[in-house]
Amino acid sequence: MPLILTEEQTMLKEAADGFLSENAPISALRKLRDSRDADGLSRDLWKAFGEMGFAGVIIPEEHGGSGLGAVEAGIVAEGLGRTLTPSPYFGSSILAARVLIDAASAEQQAAWLPKIAAGDAIVSLALDEGPKHQPNRIATTAERSGNGFKLNGAKGFVLDGHIADALIVAAKTDGGVTLFLVDPKTSGVEIERTVMVDAHNAARVTLTDVQVDADAVIGDVDAGEAALEGALNLGRACAAACLTGAGDQAFATTVEYLKTRKQFGKLIGEFQALQHRAAHLFTELELAKAATLGALQRLDAGAPKADLAVSVAKAKAGRVAELAVQEAVQMHGGVGMTDEFDVGLYMKRVRVLNELLGDAGFHAEKLARAGGY
Amino acid sequence: MADLETFRAETRAWLEANCPAECRGPLDNDEDRVWGGRQATFKTPAHKRWMDVMAARGWTAPQWPTEYGGGGLDREEAKILASEMRRIDAQMPLSSFGIWMLGPALLQFGTEEQKKRFLPEIVRGEIRWCQGYSEPGAGSDLAAVQTRAEDRGDHWIINGQKIWTSYADKADWIFCLIRTDPEAPKHLGISFVLFDMATPGVTTKPIELISGKSAFCETFFDDVRVEKENLVGTLNRGWDVAKALLAHERTMIGAVGDMGRPMSQVAVDSIGLDDAGRLYEPMLRAKIAELEIDAAAFRLSMERVGDQVKAKQVSPAIASMLKYYGSELNKRRHELAMSAGGSDALEWESERSNHGTPARDWLRTKANSIEGGTSEVQLNIIAKHLLQLPGA
Ligand SMILES: Cc1cc2nc3c(=O)[nH]c(=O)nc-3n(C[C@H](O)[C@H](O)[C@H](O)COP(=O)(O)OP(=O)(O)OC[C@H]3O[C@@H](n4cnc5c(N)ncnc54)[C@H](O)[C@@H]3O)c2cc1C
Repeated sequence: MPLILTEEQTMLKEAADGFLSENAPISALRKLRDSRDADGLSRDLWKAFGEMGFAGVIIPEEHGGSGLGAVEAGIVAEGLGRTLTPSPYFGSSILAARVLIDAASAEQQAAWLPKIAAGDAIVSLALDEGPKHQPNRIATTAERSGNGFKLNGAKGFVLDGHIADALIVAAKTDGGVTLFLVDPKTSGVEIERTVMVDAHNAARVTLTDVQVDADAVIGDVDAGEAALEGALNLGRACAAACLTGAGDQAFATTVEYLKTRKQFGKLIGEFQALQHRAAHLFTELELAKAATLGALQRLDAGAPKADLAVSVAKAKAGRVAELAVQEAVQMHGGVGMTDEFDVGLYMKRVRVLNELLGDAGFHAEKLARAGGY
Repeated sequence: MADLETFRAETRAWLEANCPAECRGPLDNDEDRVWGGRQATFKTPAHKRWMDVMAARGWTAPQWPTEYGGGGLDREEAKILASEMRRIDAQMPLSSFGIWMLGPALLQFGTEEQKKRFLPEIVRGEIRWCQGYSEPGAGSDLAAVQTRAEDRGDHWIINGQKIWTSYADKADWIFCLIRTDPEAPKHLGISFVLFDMATPGVTTKPIELISGKSAFCETFFDDVRVEKENLVGTLNRGWDVAKALLAHERTMIGAVGDMGRPMSQVAVDSIGLDDAGRLYEPMLRAKIAELEIDAAAFRLSMERVGDQVKAKQVSPAIASMLKYYGSELNKRRHELAMSAGGSDALEWESERSNHGTPARDWLRTKANSIEGGTSEVQLNIIAKHLLQLPGA
């Protein structure tokens, strides 16, 4: 498959980028942040996002979605990276939707997928427990109790957890991990919003003797890891796309600055010390873009080692975006350190995206293990 | 040697007796530092006491001559004092641009009168200083400053704008680069001038940083009257003073590369060890080990440079080298601290993260390679010396 977008995909990209830059530019993020918005995102915007078909990009048409694939999901994510728009896209439209599409019962799907697609409901995945992403080390427990289960444990970094209409909780059962669909209003569920450095949403969720019915189980008992796999792969690939978008935008801003700021009677872009770094960054970004598109296409093709391609993309895009934002602040000099300039916002967002679903070290480790070394 | 051992024993005993418990251990955040000045604030009364007892011995500026209020210690003694303070985790009694930057420049270029007048106040933390170097059009190209002084006989009238003036809104006095001869080539028409920030015509406007703090300001001078006795060094030769001061500033910023808790400890606390006693994240573990190696080598370099200075063997590019490496090292350290902290370190407002301290500190370090001259400028200076290019 050629590593370029098809005509339809290009149209989607134009639509998504156009919509975002018009309706949700960086000023929208600043407004939410500075007004300390209780939701941390715009409900109206999210609704409009649903109408445009972006919120349900991967949700099948029979559930009101666009029924598209990973490449299309990545295109939207990249757009969100460029504009830094806070939205429930990752948590709800990607992670939760993928779990529900792949593993949920017909009733569960009918109850949630159309609402997610329409931007009417937010569903969040509660997976991570420690400060680092370690999906294989889940300590939250689900014990059989009554006609269902009793959940105990604590989750962190739950995207949009404080405004979630439903949570998908991963918990340890006798023979593995099981996923549960939990109403956040159930007694014993405590949710604390954690305002993040990038002014995007996350929450801590504590579960104390939370009683759920047997029909809260998503898929089969003990089969949660398999049900999560697709969601994690797609989430990581979309995070790579978002990182690429953010890195690329920070780079574009920097190049613009190199062409306008004068010191020593010259444009600073005339200094070779900066030229070579800009050229290097361009090169790295091209690699990140290729790695990301490659991973998204492999996911769509169901390629055998798609997950490893995803790890390459997440690690590469993460490192490159990190370099891009560091260079952006540095090459802006003093203004780069000011809140008024946008480059700092990119630096913060990239830091969070890097931590989300495994940082570059996590993915390098995964590759090494898969490679048998 | 025996003398030094006695000095160590006495210092240890004195510190034990005089450093209050509240002034030991790491600071929670930058705001808790003691900056002194007319509007000084102290986290606790003990912090004021600690500054005062140290100042009384001249140990806020241990190596300055006693006649100007300093401690009069030689290098070996000063090292012992520093190591004894580290031993009990004593906080710096006074943070001060006066001590780090202006004082050394005054010792070198000031008149006897200026030294007698300003240095003891600096030691005692009575006057807080800020640095008026950068302007909107004069950052890396510092000698392009346009703020100008009109000669009115016994005084000047100063007009212009400074930018990125750290803590200008909290400072009592400013040391400033002013163009006193607009006709001369740019390095030869600048003077180094001191004045009170309370002088009519001085205004400041804070600028918010990406760390959410407002540590630096735009500073405006509108017909500010400054007496000529406040000129330091020779008229129109302020660039020499500016450069000497920058060398001190750079060495000071470079020294941040050697601060803080060991990164391995930060990571272990956050992530924990596996059964084999190793950090759970192998890639992070390797990076931390590499950082520790570079930090250890850097620490020795700092020490070696000190010895070279004493032996008058030091290259003029060395301050730039320390500044460059130390600030890059500190940025790396905080990148790793963020990795080690994971999602906990990304929190911005929670109690648990001490109101975002790890993230705010990390963002602040990004300025290390900009303030006091960017890394690019330091590398240019080093390269000019290496290659013996013009302007070196
Ligand atoms: C936290 C902080 C505190 C500060 N405190 C003070 C203060 O108290 N008082 C004060 O006067 N100033 C202060 N400064 C200002 C600081 O000294 C300047 O920001 C710095 O000198 C860079 O100038 P600039 O911001 O104008 O960047 P510019 O000079 O515009 O530089 C932009 C980019 O171009 C690069 N560049 C410029 N010239 C060259 C060249 N010849 N070769 C290669 N690359 C080049 C720079 O390295 C940088 O990456 C502070 C800055 C910061 C960030």
